[in-house]
Amino acid sequence: MNIKMLGAFAAVALLAACAKPAATAMSTGAGQTVTSGPAPGSEEDLVANVGDRVFYGFNKTSLSSDATGTLSHQAGWLQKFPQVAVLVAGNCDSRGTEEYNLALGQRRADAARDYLVAQGVDGSRIQTISYGKDRPVAQGDDEASAQQNRNAITSVQGHNPQEGTGTSS
Amino acid sequence: MTSSTHLLGETDDTAPTVPGLIRRITRRGMIGTTLATALAAPAFAQSAPAAAPAGGDAAGSAVIDVNRARTAPIPIAIPPFAGGTSQGDLVSVISADLNNCGLFHVVDASGVAATAPGGAPDFGAWKGTGAQALVTGSVTQSGDQLRVEFRLWDILPGTQLQGTAYTTSASNWRRIAHIIADVIYQRLLGEKGYFDTRIAYISTIGPRSNPTKRLAIMDQDGANNRFLTDGSWTALGPRFSPTRDQIAFISYVNKIVRVYLFDLSSGTRSLVGNFRTMTFSPRFAPDGNSIIMSLYQNGGSNIITCSLSGGNVRTLTSSGAIDANPCYSPDGSQIVFESDRGGDQQLYVMGADGSNVRRISFGAGRYADPVWSPRGDQIAFTRLGGSFAVGIMAPDGSGERILSESFDVESPTFCPNGRVIMFQRGAGTASRLVSIDITGFNEQAVQTPTSASDPAWSPLLS
Repeated sequence: MNIKMLGAFAAVALLAACAKPAATAMSTGAGQTVTSGPAPGSEEDLVANVGDRVFYGFNKTSLSSDATGTLSHQAGWLQKFPQVAVLVAGNCDSRGTEEYNLALGQRRADAARDYLVAQGVDGSRIQTISYGKDRPVAQGDDEASAQQNRNAITSVQGHNPQEGTGTSS
Repeated sequence: MTSSTHLLGETDDTAPTVPGLIRRITRRGMIGTTLATALAAPAFAQSAPAAAPAGGDAAGSAVIDVNRARTAPIPIAIPPFAGGTSQGDLVSVISADLNNCGLFHVVDASGVAATAPGGAPDFGAWKGTGAQALVTGSVTQSGDQLRVEFRLWDILPGTQLQGTAYTTSASNWRRIAHIIADVIYQRLLGEKGYFDTRIAYISTIGPRSNPTKRLAIMDQDGANNRFLTDGSWTALGPRFSPTRDQIAFISYVNKIVRVYLFDLSSGTRSLVGNFRTMTFSPRFAPDGNSIIMSLYQNGGSNIITCSLSGGNVRTLTSSGAIDANPCYSPDGSQIVFESDRGGDQQLYVMGADGSNVRRISFGAGRYADPVWSPRGDQIAFTRLGGSFAVGIMAPDGSGERILSESFDVESPTFCPNGRVIMFQRGAGTASRLVSIDITGFNEQAVQTPTSASDPAWSPLLS
């Protein structure tokens, strides 16, 4: 059993290792001069130059002005790269119960998705998912961590920073 | 005195459907059968009605009730069984069941001969240990067959309360031990026990930011742990069928959060209805023939019922709020659930057709995870305020009592006789399972090989 579990982890690590070179490879070409920044239209580009996540208040799903600002940038970026499909993942802090947080996280993902659609992004390019409180990006149980964990994270499909597993089968 | 037959589940080792991970497990079993034969009281035991009435008031009798046992656990002696088996130590398993439930105190039996010459206990010698009840037994193994005889004695009156012989395949030895512990519980306390049961739960390993969550199952005492899913997809929230070898649970298969059934006898997983949006919080109807769960739609989640394959959908709530964690009363006439329709999470009860919704939780904080006791008289819940708490209240919301409080405790589940709940303590990859008597005493950690959450207690297997 232990050996099998180790095997599963090894497989995940390999996939992750493969994924990044693939993303970079996509960015080269088209006769562009190689620049030092991330490839336009890539997950790295989204994270570095647009902002991949918005944050919510405790037990809230409404979008702050910071959030709508970020989402407007995401909408513009998505219109610039119409071939890119994204996953919007809703997340919650650890101060709620497991299954309620599944629904709360879905509400958060929906709120972000609906804003992108209202900005003109084709809804068929946006998949949503809720991880509830099961994929915290900040590990503490303090308020600073909780603020980080009440979010909706937009990622290029296949490059969700929260998906280390579930990609292998 | 009649013989009765118990069917025992074959517990291991056929046809893995995911290599090395899923093993075929049956609950009511196909292969192993146990024949239970009543043993007459030996002629030398005084009068000895083998079926002494539960709650008997013979002076000093070990036969009492749960309430009295909570205050004063029944001292019971369980000396080593005669004979032996290569399979394991039944007496240790029986003793652990009885000790851990808090209603018995297994006294030191070393140095006292189980029986006097001729086969009857030397009741005088057993009185000296302080024990009020005595369990004697023998084990004989022939090939793969095990024969276990056991007798339960009421020491002070000097009577036999029970005598039964079981024959089964040797691999079922732990189940025989649990069944004997359940018989002892029932004979001395007057109600069914809960030792021949299993726990389904979610096993978590890996980093907290990206954990691997697998559906797992083990015996009630932590033995025979098995992983039912391989961790490719996150699994959450298992609940046992009351009537079949099935577990309903939530899975992220293909990155869509939906309710599935896991069939324990075949090791296969099936989707409960091809809904276009998230389904979660499944639970079976008391007859096991339908599922009640939450269907996320348009910013809220509705409570629906459907067949085990997802057909015949009925929508019971559509408030636009998050309505979740529905659970039937044992008679199927009512449903308790949580909803944030009033602004934050509270508990509500409604008729099984969705009528007459009324709020029942009015304490300080938010309320979640309601579970109706199999006895019908209590609802367990998680309460959230400054911290998390697990407690119980009557179905009308009265008599709220908190049993355990910390960051975080949640996901209570009742044992089949409603006397004990199990829940999880701790978050993420540091969570553990804990059991506690519903009066709030006898909190016990449940051993699991990994971090564990979302416990679900099975019905009695036999």
